[in-house]
Amino acid sequence: MGNEALRAAGLTKRYGRVVALDGLDLEVGTGEVHAFLGPNGAGKTTTIRILLGLLRKDGGEVSLLGRDPWRDAVGLHRRLAYVPGDVTLWPALTGGEIIDLLGDLRGGLDQARRRELTERFSLDPTRKARAYSRGNRQKVALIAALASRAELLLLDEPTAGLDPLMEAVFRDCVAAQRREGRTVLLSSHLLAEAEALADRVTIIRAGQTVETGTLAALRHLTRISVEAELARPAVLDDLPGVHELSVTGTTVRCQVDRAALDEVTGRLHQAGIRALTCRPPALEELFLRYYTPERSAPGGG
Amino acid sequence: MSGRTGPAGPASPPSPRFAGTGRLTRLILRRDGLLLPVCVSGIAALLAITARDLKVLYPTAASRQSVAARAGGNPALRFLLGRLNGTTVGAFLAARWAVWGSAFAVLLTVFIVIRHTRGDEEAGRLELVGSAVVGRQAPLTAALLTAGPVNLALALLTFGWLAVLRLPAAGSAALALSIAGCGLAFAGVAAVTAQLATTARGARGLALGALGAAFVLRAVGDAGSTANLSWLTWVSPLGWVESARAFGAAGERWWVLLLPLAASAALVAAAFALAARRDLGAGLLADRPGRPDASGLLRGPFSLAWRVQRLMLAAWLAAFGFGFAACGAGARGAGSILGGNAVLRRYLLRAGYQATVINAYLSALMLLAGLAAAVFATAAVLRLRAEETGGLAEPVLAAATGRIRWALSHISVAVGGAALLLAGAGLAAGLGYGLLTGQVGTQVPDLVGAALARLPAVAVLAAVAVLLFGLLPWASAALAWTAVALVGVIAVFGPPLQWPAWLMDISPFTHVPRLPGAAVTAGPLLWLGGIALAAGAAGLIGLRRRDLGDLGPAGLGGLGGPVRDRLADHFFPPAETL
Repeated sequence: MGNEALRAAGLTKRYGRVVALDGLDLEVGTGEVHAFLGPNGAGKTTTIRILLGLLRKDGGEVSLLGRDPWRDAVGLHRRLAYVPGDVTLWPALTGGEIIDLLGDLRGGLDQARRRELTERFSLDPTRKARAYSRGNRQKVALIAALASRAELLLLDEPTAGLDPLMEAVFRDCVAAQRREGRTVLLSSHLLAEAEALADRVTIIRAGQTVETGTLAALRHLTRISVEAELARPAVLDDLPGVHELSVTGTTVRCQVDRAALDEVTGRLHQAGIRALTCRPPALEELFLRYYTPERSAPGGG
Repeated sequence: MSGRTGPAGPASPPSPRFAGTGRLTRLILRRDGLLLPVCVSGIAALLAITARDLKVLYPTAASRQSVAARAGGNPALRFLLGRLNGTTVGAFLAARWAVWGSAFAVLLTVFIVIRHTRGDEEAGRLELVGSAVVGRQAPLTAALLTAGPVNLALALLTFGWLAVLRLPAAGSAALALSIAGCGLAFAGVAAVTAQLATTARGARGLALGALGAAFVLRAVGDAGSTANLSWLTWVSPLGWVESARAFGAAGERWWVLLLPLAASAALVAAAFALAARRDLGAGLLADRPGRPDASGLLRGPFSLAWRVQRLMLAAWLAAFGFGFAACGAGARGAGSILGGNAVLRRYLLRAGYQATVINAYLSALMLLAGLAAAVFATAAVLRLRAEETGGLAEPVLAAATGRIRWALSHISVAVGGAALLLAGAGLAAGLGYGLLTGQVGTQVPDLVGAALARLPAVAVLAAVAVLLFGLLPWASAALAWTAVALVGVIAVFGPPLQWPAWLMDISPFTHVPRLPGAAVTAGPLLWLGGIALAAGAAGLIGLRRRDLGDLGPAGLGGLGGPVRDRLADHFFPPAETL
């Protein structure tokens, strides 16, 4: 128990006939940045709302900082900060007022950090929320969360409205939070974000966990992307473990299972290598495999 | 762990379920701190106008006694106005203000409670708030902690006004407290409906439906001549206001004031129980799954406008049908009573310029239909502004729809809907009156025509809203409603108080033929229609030239800025939040 900031096992939630969570498992260790990945509608937001005690689970187990998020919601909320995916604010209040309001409601705000973050995110806190763009509304919620003294941050697609510059600021801030020993759960469908920030990753689909682990561990399961420019055409299509092969003249592109890598490079070598790129799989490719139903399950052939 | 709190956490005041209530209450005051005093004083001002109105109409004890004697024996009037508990000015005021004052208190209370509970929840703000140290019951508690004192303030102001009018203190207190009690009972109703419906609109609809049901129960209970139905009065919060017998000849019944308090407490407890069990964003009345594809009836901006406004129109039509059928049925009795009161008779004839009291009554009824239809039309036009600020106009306008076409789509709802409502009012009143007198064949076409004769005046008010929407969008709602209110006050209070002609002429309703029973001249109808067309066209030209999402000049001055912003927040909320 002691080392987990957050644990869910076999979590289920249904809305009428729609099953939103179907036995979801999620574990986040204290002090880690954990990416929570899945396509739209996979159940990310539902999970986070259950963790916040805003929704009641139908089945399974869930604990947050060692306590029950539904029964101890208020006590837990003293120790966490949340940024929703779609931030709605009070139209007649200014951004600065709302940051302070949310700080008050959470039980404290680090004023020095609030000033620093407002500057770094270049937010004008004197404007009314109704005049803010989506990105600026997001910044208000982010500043309020990052300037809080919470030990756990729950961020639901926090960069959806931010430009690349602000995204970089956000990444810096999350890294700083980790150095201070805070736990971050970062839900996203942006893989670059997870790759840049996360210690561990949980991937869900249709309300179920399909994969969890460190990025390195996940890559074990995955194919290597090979692209080669050859002297002569090579024959690869008879090899087991070669996928998505495309041959254009002397250019070869394919995905190779780790077990078949040796064999493939041997054949390429025989054909005379002019140029060779071998890439570990980007998370995008992992993603494509999990979310494209026709493809086989990971680890198979 | 950043050890601010241990695993047990410090116990927050009384119960964690209410944590953060104080801060949320302050937030409500920050958001509504301007609007609530304005509304409460406005209601008190209407009370003053009503009292003056009554003193003008029934100046002597004899005039009041004669009306009381006739009204007491007429079921239709008991149905509409309730029972009179005496013949003093106070008793008359109680009978009149019990209905209006309670309705205003209920409207304001329902608005406050729903806006800060389901309204914020639907908009998504409560998700952010709920993730903070805020108990599950805190938003509802904060809304109730605002609604309670608002009703109390209303009671104090009411009592103060009645004291100024030198009415007996006991009756004044009973009337003020019973109206505030009605407001509190509906605070409980709104608290429950905010848990039941998933949208603020739906929650408000349910609560106002409950107000309608309370009116019907009270009305049927009062109309029944024997005691067998009078128990219905006792299950209606509006009936309790009447049953407290403020200024009653037999003295006030103080214990009745406990009924709304008990009902309020029970309803609030039920709301808390529901809120403790349900998910954020969920209601008990689930959304039914809708069509997977758009039907042939949902094609293009016009059908979209009718689609999004059809529920409102249907609700108005139902209310019109019911209300005007009842009023039409009451016409015969009203004729005899009104005819017996010389002042009132003069008033009606002056207002209606009619030869007979019955026609004056029916004409006044059709004027009322016109005013109500103008309220509908203005709301339908202002929907344009709500869609604009709520971001719903953007996807339509970004498609192959011009601004003019988009604006016309909602204007067609305003004018077409108003025409439907007026025809419905004429039909219902014609049936109500005609069936009793056996003149359906003549009354229905007469009254439908009389109602539709008000359409040009309604169109003028709708066009004023269009003009404001095009030229002064940030103030369009406030100014358009001010125009409607001004016209309403002129129509209702102008004739009895004999306001000068130039003032009366401001209202377009002054110029339409006072049907039924008056000569029809096409002239005024034509030039009113011309004014409507010109104002509407000017508004559309303004719309084409201005920025969309215009929030108004940034610097309306140190004082004007915040005031304008708060007004704007109330009158043009993001779509669906109000």
